[in-house]
Amino acid sequence: MLEVTGFTKRFRGVAALDNVDFSLNEGEVHALLGENGAGKSTLINLIAGTFPWAEGVYRINGRTITSLTPHVAQEIGIAAVFQEFSLVPDLTVVENIFLGREQSSGLFLKRKQMRQAAVELLDSLGFHLPLDENVAFLSRAQKQMVEIAKALRMSPKVLILDEPTASLTDGEAEKLFNAVALLKARGVGIIYVSHRMSEIRNLSDRVTVLRGGKKIGTVVTAEISDEGLIEMMVGRPVEQLFPKIEHKPGPVRLEVRDLTTEKRSVIGASFTARAGEVVGLAGLVGCGRSELCRAVFGLEVVETGAIMLDDKAVERPTPTSMLAANVCYFPADRGSEGLALARSARENATMSSLDLPELSSGPVLKFWRENETIKTPLANLALRPMAPERKASAFSGGNQQKLMLARGLMKPFEVYLFDEPTVGIDVGAKADVYNLIKSLVEAGACVVVSTSELPELINLASRVYVMHEGKVVAELAKHELSEAQVLSHYFGGHA
Amino acid sequence: MSSETATMTVANAPSHRASRIDRFLMQGGIVITFLVVAVVATALIEPRFLNRLNLLNVMRNFALLLIPSLAQMLVMTAGGFDLSVGAVVAATSVVTAAVMLVGSGYFPGMELVVILASLVIALGVGALVGLVNAGLVATFSLSPFMVTLAMMSVLMGIALYFTQGIPIYGVADSFIANVGRGQFLGLPIVLWIGLAVLAACIVMQRFTSLGRHIYAVGSDQRSARLSGVSTGRTLLVAYMLAGLLAALTGFLMTSRLGSGQSTIGGTLALETIAAAVIGGVSLRGGVGRAELVALAALFLSVIANAMNLVQVDSKYQTLVLGAVLIISLAIERLLLRKRQS
Repeated sequence: MLEVTGFTKRFRGVAALDNVDFSLNEGEVHALLGENGAGKSTLINLIAGTFPWAEGVYRINGRTITSLTPHVAQEIGIAAVFQEFSLVPDLTVVENIFLGREQSSGLFLKRKQMRQAAVELLDSLGFHLPLDENVAFLSRAQKQMVEIAKALRMSPKVLILDEPTASLTDGEAEKLFNAVALLKARGVGIIYVSHRMSEIRNLSDRVTVLRGGKKIGTVVTAEISDEGLIEMMVGRPVEQLFPKIEHKPGPVRLEVRDLTTEKRSVIGASFTARAGEVVGLAGLVGCGRSELCRAVFGLEVVETGAIMLDDKAVERPTPTSMLAANVCYFPADRGSEGLALARSARENATMSSLDLPELSSGPVLKFWRENETIKTPLANLALRPMAPERKASAFSGGNQQKLMLARGLMKPFEVYLFDEPTVGIDVGAKADVYNLIKSLVEAGACVVVSTSELPELINLASRVYVMHEGKVVAELAKHELSEAQVLSHYFGGHA
Repeated sequence: MSSETATMTVANAPSHRASRIDRFLMQGGIVITFLVVAVVATALIEPRFLNRLNLLNVMRNFALLLIPSLAQMLVMTAGGFDLSVGAVVAATSVVTAAVMLVGSGYFPGMELVVILASLVIALGVGALVGLVNAGLVATFSLSPFMVTLAMMSVLMGIALYFTQGIPIYGVADSFIANVGRGQFLGLPIVLWIGLAVLAACIVMQRFTSLGRHIYAVGSDQRSARLSGVSTGRTLLVAYMLAGLLAALTGFLMTSRLGSGQSTIGGTLALETIAAAVIGGVSLRGGVGRAELVALAALFLSVIANAMNLVQVDSKYQTLVLGAVLIISLAIERLLLRKRQS
């Protein structure tokens, strides 16, 4: 139905996509897999008409297309749901769904009909949304649903989904999968971009793997193993993804006793973390593990309980006092809590360590020392491209994460708290992050990792605490760690 | 399940529901409160406020502030500013008077034709200014603030050069008697015109796709474009409508004053932005309702009249206008913060 051959696109002379062929059949789910910067988003943007392609032939239903805009693409039946939404915050859900495709009779909008159509569309997808609420007040998951409904308003023949489950809970993702199955049965062809192996396995018929702007291959999903796909994607065997970590548990560095936050996101939680080990915090999103890390770093108000560093209780933790006590925290939300996106990589890397004697004396910055100081941490993290003067916003997600992590390497911390360290980053960058954690732990640091990725916990952690509804429900030692074991505690059950 | 926001279950009521009072204040309650207080206080302090003649005067002033404020609102909800509103009023006032002066020489005794011709030409000038503003803003993505500021300077320069600052007399008598000073059903004609424009704006905002597209473009231009909204065309229409409304104001102002003046409208940019902002129009675009802007314009007209009645020096009047603007912005921001927390 849809076929592109020899697609090439260059940005400032650099080929983002190099001679790529791609095809999509009716009623097929075709997954697109690749590291960040592999060319996935370039390919789907070209197909959706966001920007023009340089070379190549674009055919849909036998018709050759020479140029395309998003508007025309929608008219010929190509709809896209990108990670960056196309929703207008000050309009309501219904108004957004029909934005640019309003139904009018003469001069006037058919408001009742549009509302009714929106209700039917959302019902058919099983999404429950407040129809007359401004989109600005919706959660990210709700916005994702509005965006999907909006893409389907024109009954498209081709639907592009770019990491659609990145912000959905399991229940919501389930609804999305049902909707995908429904559309597939109706003959809609779906291009599905995802980092999640299990989704690709369950949903897709074929997978195309891209790396460095080139097509590595297209395979039938049922005929290839997960390991095979990862190897195609990263160009190296999967065993190399998780480094072997030597845990040498030393004295207890961080201890949390009966901690309850004011918002009741954490209730009576206790855990200990020793020098020279990785402690994992597991659980569903919203179980309180993120808030637990944030509370330790002074970002959540603690109501009762104690936080002890080296057996000394910390009164009223604040980010400043915790940094001074050699505790470092990496937030999950890079964009809004982590990086100054408009500033250079160099400034972002040194942002929290400008008070070090290497970088300043009194109020005067030793700016001539800055480049020297960041060289080693950035090299250890394998920042790509190694361009310290580039704006943070110009780096890929994985490399933005490395910039954040670089801050923690500017001076020797003793306790590192990672909240979702690999969310939304590609496999290559993940491996770099894991290697960083390995080198920190083996140098004797105490590392706490809160993550929703089970393989990460099982391969990296020496002990795992599982949380459910704000409480710690289980502690698992290294030899007890398996996906089934950890999952059995996810819903508060007792194994 | 990788983001904290996903913890919010979809069936949950949004947590931002404010108390009933906050909600009333958010949805125009501030303007209504301001207006009621201003009217009651003025009537108590200065009973002459309620004189029929004074009220007619307030209504005329209100109408002549309402129309350019609606123009400002259109551009602001589309995410821009129009600092050239006052300059368009001045320029079209000059154009209106000049066309009448010249036209009555060529077509003696055909006053109606000359008046209509001057209206059409004035509107043409307004639309042209809007076209240029929008063209510069949309095509070169220049800042609306700078484009309309420069346009203001250009227009004022032309109008001053053309008139040397001297009012143009020779405006048709029937024009002054029937439009500027005319009444219909006991109310000034200019008020009726202002209310008609207001009604048209309300209908446009609520019931047409143009209205929705203006909100969308003002709220998030990139999203609007990706949704298939023609952002360039929407901006063009918004700025041209604003130019037309400003030109209409210039035309009516000439009729009111009995001459074309290049020096009017100097404070109109500030006054219209004040009316729009007090009426709840967001400085960031995407938010604003014509009916509330109208109430804010009425409020400003009432306090201006009150200050004249109690003989406040005109120097202090601009001080009061600035203070009112700052207070209303502060209140709005406080409510917004409360709503978000």
